[in-house]
Amino acid sequence: MTAITDRFSRVLLRSVIISLWSAVLFLPFRGIRASAMLFGVLLIAIPVISLAGSWLSPLLAATSSVRERMGSILPKDRRYIILFLLPVLAVPFGAENYIIDVAVLAGIYIILALGLNVVVGYTGLLNLGFVAYYAIGAYSFALLNTKLGFGFWSAMPVAVIITTLAGFLFAVPALRLKGDYLALVTLGFGEIVRITLNNWDSFTNGPNGIGGITAPTLAGMPIETLSAYYYLVLFFVIIAVLVMGRVQRSKVGRAWVALREDEIAASAMGVPITMYKLYSVSFGAFWAGIAGCLFAAKMRFISPESFTFMESVLILCMVILGGLGSIGGVVVGAVFLVVLPEVLREVQMYRMLALGAGIILLMIFRPQGLFGGRVASTRR
Amino acid sequence: MLLQQLINGLTLGSVYALIALGYTMVYGILELINFAHGEIYMLGAYLGIIILGFFTAVGLTAYSVPLALFLTLLLTVVFCASYGFTVEKIAYRPLRSAPKLSPLISAIGVSIFLQNYVMITQGATDKVFPSLAGDAGIDVFSTRVTFLQASIIVVSGIIMALLHAFIRKTKTGKAMRAVAQDKSMASLVGINTDTIISVTFIIGSGLAAIAGLMVSMYYGLVNYFIGYSAGIKAFTAAVLGGIGNIPGAMFGGILLGLIESLGSAYISSEYKDAYAFIILIVILLVRPAGLLGRDSEEKI
Repeated sequence: MTAITDRFSRVLLRSVIISLWSAVLFLPFRGIRASAMLFGVLLIAIPVISLAGSWLSPLLAATSSVRERMGSILPKDRRYIILFLLPVLAVPFGAENYIIDVAVLAGIYIILALGLNVVVGYTGLLNLGFVAYYAIGAYSFALLNTKLGFGFWSAMPVAVIITTLAGFLFAVPALRLKGDYLALVTLGFGEIVRITLNNWDSFTNGPNGIGGITAPTLAGMPIETLSAYYYLVLFFVIIAVLVMGRVQRSKVGRAWVALREDEIAASAMGVPITMYKLYSVSFGAFWAGIAGCLFAAKMRFISPESFTFMESVLILCMVILGGLGSIGGVVVGAVFLVVLPEVLREVQMYRMLALGAGIILLMIFRPQGLFGGRVASTRR
Repeated sequence: MLLQQLINGLTLGSVYALIALGYTMVYGILELINFAHGEIYMLGAYLGIIILGFFTAVGLTAYSVPLALFLTLLLTVVFCASYGFTVEKIAYRPLRSAPKLSPLISAIGVSIFLQNYVMITQGATDKVFPSLAGDAGIDVFSTRVTFLQASIIVVSGIIMALLHAFIRKTKTGKAMRAVAQDKSMASLVGINTDTIISVTFIIGSGLAAIAGLMVSMYYGLVNYFIGYSAGIKAFTAAVLGGIGNIPGAMFGGILLGLIESLGSAYISSEYKDAYAFIILIVILLVRPAGLLGRDSEEKI
C-alpha cells in the first residue's frame, strides 16, 4: 500500500515540476492567463498519461506482436494486394474532384518517398536536399515543354535522364562524406538549386515560375480530366512499387542494405562501396525526376516556392514515418502525410506543430517507423 | 565603400560567430548537428522584443534605457538557456545510444516545432524591434559606424574572450574538454557527463540568445523563420573554422560575415544566401576538418 502511494506522490511531484517548468517557459509568449491554463492542463494530463501508459504498455506490446505476425503473412499472399487495389482503382468513380486531387498529390508523393527510401532507407545515406532532384525534374520537363515544344512522352524521358545525371554528378564528390556531413551537403545542394531557380530570371523566369505547360496526351487524346490524370499517376505509382520490390530483392538491393549496416564489412565482402552508393543516389534521383514531371504536368505551372527545404523534410518524414526500407510502410507514410493536413484543415495552424512533436516522439519511441518491423541498426 | 562593407561584414560575422559557438560546442561533445540551434537564436530575438516591450509598458525603459536593455539581455539569456536545456533533455537525451541519424532527425523535429510554436503564439507577421539608438554613430574615414554596430562587435568580442577563458581555466571548462575528447573515459574519472552536456547546451543557447537579441536590434525586424537561415550560416561558419574547435568557430563566423557582405556588394546580392551554402559544400569536400581543424582518423 505504501509503495503505491509512494509511487503516486512521486508521479504527482514530477508532474507539478514539469507543468511549472513548461508554464514558465511559455509565459513570455502568451502572457499569464494562457500560461496558467497550460499549467492546469499539464498538471492533469501528465499523471493521467503516465499512469495510463504504465497500464497500456502490456497491451501495446501484444498488439505489436500481432502486427508483426500479420506483416509476415501479408506480403506472401499476393491476393491481398488486389483487395487494396480495387478501391484505389475506383477512386475517380463517385468521389468529388477535391478527393481525386488529393489522391493525385498522394500518388506523386508516394513516388518521391519511394525514391528517397532507396537512398535513406536501403543505403542509409541521409539526404536533406532530395527536393533538388524533384525541382530539376519538374523544371527540365517544364522548360522542354514550353520552350522546345516537347510533348509529355518525349519530355519525360529527357527530363528524367537529366535528373538522374544531376543526381549522379552531384553524388560523385558528395559521397566522399559520411553521416551528418553528407546530410548537410545535400541540404546545401537543395538550397543552391532553389536559390538558382529563384534568381536565374532569363532561364527559369525567377520567382514568377513557368506557366502554360501543356496537358499530357495518350494516343492522341489529351489527358485533361482529373480522373484521367489520376490513372496516369497511378500507373507510375504501380510501376514504382513493383520495380522497388524487385530491386529490393536483387543483388544491388542487398548490397545497399549491407552498406547501410556496415560499410567496412560490406567492402570486405567484395561490395564496391562507391559504385553502389552512386547507383543508389542516381536511382533515387530517377524517381524524383519522374515525380517532378508528373507534378509539372499536373499543375501546368511551377515555381521555386514548391521546392523548399520543408518539402525535403516532409518527404523524409514520409519515409521515416512508414518505416525506413519498407515499401508498404513508405506508401502508407506518404498517403498519411498528404491526407492528414487535408483532414486537419480546421486546426491547420497546429498541424506543423504536431508534425514536429511527432517526429521527436517517433525517434524516441519507434525509430524504425510505424510499420517497419525490423529494428533499426544500433551501430553508431 | 570597401571599409563600410568590412564594418557590416564584421558586425554580421560576430553574430554568426556567437551562434557558431553553440554548434561547435555541441558537436564537439555529442557529434550531433544541433539543427534546432538556429531556432534558439530566433527565440532570443523574439524574447528580446517581448521582454523589452514589457519593460517599456511598466515604464522601466523611460526611467533608464541601459538598465532596461541590460535586464532584457539577462532575461533573454535565462529563458533561451532554459529552452536549450529543455530541448536537450526531451529530444536528445533519450537518443544518446540510438543510431546516429536519429538525433539529427529529432533535431529537425524540434526545429519545426519551435518555429510553429512561435508562429502560433506570436503571429506570422514581422515583429518590429523599437529603435533605441537610431542611426547615431561616428564617422571614421567617411564611413559610418553606428553605435549599435560598434557595440555588437565589442560585446561579441568580450563574450568570446570570456568563453575562451571559461573553457581554458575553470574546472567545468576542463570537464567539458575532457568529455569532448572521450565521454566514457571522462565519466570514469568522475565527471558527470550528463551534467556537462546540459551545461554545454545552456551556454550555447545563452550565446545564441545574445546573438538573437543583438540581431533583432540591428535589423529591427524579426520573423519566425529567421532561425533556419541564420542556423545554417552559423553552422557553415563552424565547419569553416573546423567543427568542434572553439577559436575556429569565432574565426569562421567573422570570415563568413565578411565573405557575405563583400560578396553581395561586389559580386551579386541576389545570391547572398547562396554563398554560405557554396562555402559549406566546398569546405566539406575539400577540407572537411575546416581551416583550423585537424584531420581525425575514423574510429572503427
